[in-house]
Parts: sequence; C-alpha cells; structure tokens
Amino acid sequence: MRARDAVAAAFREERVKVLATLIHLTGDWELAEECVQDAFEAALVRWSDDGVPRRPGAWLTTTARNRALDRLRRGSVEAAKLREVAEVPGAEDDGWGDDRLRLVFTCCHPALPLDARVALTLRTVAGLTTEEIARAFLTPTATMAQRLFRAKRKIREAAIPYRVPPPDLLPERLTGVLGVVYLLFNEGYSGRRELAEEAIRLGRLLEQLMPTETEVRGLLALMLLHHARVDARTDSAGDLVPLEEQDRARWHRGLIDQGVRFLTGTTTPYQLQAAIAACHATAATAEDTNWRRIAVLYEELASLMPSPFIELNRAVAVAMAEGPEAGLALVDALDSTGTLDGYHLLPATRADLLRRLRRWAEAAAAYEQALSLAPTEPERRYLRRRIAEVRG
Amino acid sequence: MRYLMLVCVDEDVEPNADPGPWIDEMEGRGVRRTGNRLRPVRDSTTVRLRGGEVLVADGPFAETKEQIGGFDILECADLDEAIEVASKHPAAAFGTLELRPFWEG
Repeated sequence: MRARDAVAAAFREERVKVLATLIHLTGDWELAEECVQDAFEAALVRWSDDGVPRRPGAWLTTTARNRALDRLRRGSVEAAKLREVAEVPGAEDDGWGDDRLRLVFTCCHPALPLDARVALTLRTVAGLTTEEIARAFLTPTATMAQRLFRAKRKIREAAIPYRVPPPDLLPERLTGVLGVVYLLFNEGYSGRRELAEEAIRLGRLLEQLMPTETEVRGLLALMLLHHARVDARTDSAGDLVPLEEQDRARWHRGLIDQGVRFLTGTTTPYQLQAAIAACHATAATAEDTNWRRIAVLYEELASLMPSPFIELNRAVAVAMAEGPEAGLALVDALDSTGTLDGYHLLPATRADLLRRLRRWAEAAAAYEQALSLAPTEPERRYLRRRIAEVRG
Repeated sequence: MRYLMLVCVDEDVEPNADPGPWIDEMEGRGVRRTGNRLRPVRDSTTVRLRGGEVLVADGPFAETKEQIGGFDILECADLDEAIEVASKHPAAAFGTLELRPFWEG
C-alpha cells in the first residue's frame, strides 16, 4: 500500500518533469509519453518489492530513459541520437531550471490551433487522460485523440522548437500561454469545476517556474480570487447567485488571501482584473464594496484593452458608486454603438438598472430581451425569476 | 529544416514593396536558398488528367482574393526561425505568407 501511495504521489509531483525531460531527450512526444507511462507501471511493481527510492523523480527519469533507449535501439536509430538520449539530463541548463517550461511553451505555440493548444496542455502538462479531456469539452474521445495526434505531428513535422522562447519573443509567447490557461479557467468557471482547478494548478506551476513575471502572478491572483467564490456562486438547484446575494461565509478565505498576496501591482490587464476581483472578495458585505475604486480600475483596464465588455462592467460599477441613472446613461450610450448587439448581459444590465429605478415596465421588457438571448439554462432561470419580480 | 514559403497577395493591390533588401539579408544569413516572383494568375494554366483525357483550362483552380505571387525556399533551424524570416518579408505587411515544411527535411 505504501508503494502504491508513493507512486501516486510521484505521479502528481514528478510526472510533468519526467515527461518534459524525456521529450527533450528523445524529441518524440509519443515515445516519451509511452516510456513515462511504462516507468510508472514499473514503479508499481519495483517499489513494492525493493522499497521506494530516495529520489523517486530520478528513478522514474532513469527508468523511462532506459526504456526509450531500448525502443530506439530496436528501431535501429542512428548512434548519435542514442548517445544524445543516453546523456544525463540536466546537463544543458539554459537558466530556466528544468524542461517543464519548454513543454508549456511548446504546447502553447501559436502555430498550433487554439483547441489543440488547450488539449495538449491538459494532456501533457496537467496529465489528464484523453478521455477526461474529451469529457470536459463534450467532445467524442476519438475526436480528441485525433486533435492531440495532429498537434504532436505538427510539432514534429513543422519543427516547432522545444524551448523557452528567447527574450525578444518571450512577452508575446507568454501572453499566449497565459491565454490558454485563462481560457481553461473560464471553461471551468462556466460549470466544469475540475478545469478551473487544473488552470489554477497550471498557474501555480508557471508562477513557481517564472517567479519574476508580473503577468503570471496577476493571472494566478485573478483565478484564485474568482475561484474563492466557487461554492457560493450557484445555489443547490445549480442556479446562479448574484454577487450581492452570495453567502460570503462560503467564500474560501485561504484562496482570497493567496490571491491578494500574488496581487503585487495594478499595471497589467490580469492584475487590474485581479484587483477588481479583490475589491469584491475582501468586502465584508455587499454594501461595503468599494465601487468607486472598481469603477476606476475598469477605466484603467479599458484604456489598456478597449472593449465594450469592459465598458459594460464599468457602467455597472459607476451605477453602484454614483447611482443607477449614471450607470444607465453609460449602458444606453454603449447600446447605441451596436457593438454588443446579441449579447444577453447588455439588456440584463439595463434591466437591473431600470428595476432599481422602479421603471418596472421597461425593466420587464429588457429582461424579456435578455431572456431571448441568454445562452444557458441557469441564466434563463435567473432572468425568469427577475421578470416575475418586476411584474409582481 | 526546409520550408517552402508561399507569398500570397491580392493581385489587384500593387503595393510599393521591394523584396530586394529582404533577399539580400536572408541570403546573407544563409536561410534563403532560392525563390522567385510569379506572373499573375491571368497567365496561369491548370492541367488535369481525368479518364485518360488531359483537361487544360485557363487560370487557377480556386477563386480566392489572395493568389500565390511568389515563393522562397528557406533553410531554417526550426519553425520559429522561419516565422521570424517570414515576418520580415515586405509582403507580410499586406499579404499572407504560408510556411510549408518539405516532406523530407
């Protein structure tokens, strides 16, 4: 039993590192994955017979590497490649410590389609099975397997390099990596919680590997602060609970504290979004929320990345800080630009402001409009409840 | 790693873009092996063999706005180098560059 636990622990803690090293050594993603799998299976047998090695990661790397050497020998690979694989890993440290970052950057290379970047990151970095990823994205397993296969083939055939990008490319490529992690988090936010948790784990790994990158910390802070509310966000029927009605006792203090610790500035987009989330997360009650600060943060965010979605959120914050009329003026101005046509949260926001102004008939009409556009059933249920309220 | 870089541009747009300096730079670096500009698609001919019959037609097979206006053969360390080289081509600013790896290195 102890050996089994040790293997499970090593799988959690060492798998990415071992796999990343094997890909580096062999340059063959399929072979590396199979050999790492074999090494964990060997560990199950050997560790219960011979005891758990002092450095499980090193044992697994050596075992996987020997397996790769065997298979390459049998496949009559030229001597130079064999010598390369036989080299002790870690000899060519380029300042980034280990191969895990190479793995992350390669999985998120912009020459791969976005859905493949997400799938490959989940498969190799997070260690999910193809079946698990397929289930999470409501995709048939065969389709997901094909997507992963094609991505690995392109890495090989188009010669996508296995490396951390050089300094001149790093900022844009890092933005791409964080984009994949955030996309994953948002997939989880809309219901599939395990994806949000994987995204946070990836964020923690990136923070650990690149502790000086502000945007990495910003994104991690943002995810932690949002995820802290996960248990209060929906009620027992699965319906959305608006922020002001959430039971704050069910927010995870530990995650909020961590999120606030990683929030070390308000100069980048993720940091600004995290700062907004922190305003909500650290308010003792909904009434205590510092809406003026939130409105300012949204304004700064909009100046960094102009977007009608951010303007809409700013309108909400302004409504809370200065009153519903001020917010409604901003929403109506946004409405007249037509950029958010078809987006249900625009009429839903208008409806909420009209409701607070006691303009019941207009509120009901706006809620009806939002209802016709809302993409998910919980959102539609919420809107129907509001319609009943304003009509009652 | 060898790549065929297809330079795809809208033929109706005649931008003032001389690839000369790019060619000099990339040949100097040893990444550009050869390449050429192509005559417009109005001078193009398609050939197919169907049921033993040679079918000859005027123009390209597909009607798209951007056409292959030229090509270069690049010898690069990896895709990132090829991307960097492609991004410096003057047509990158108004057309599309496609990087296709050779079937055999």
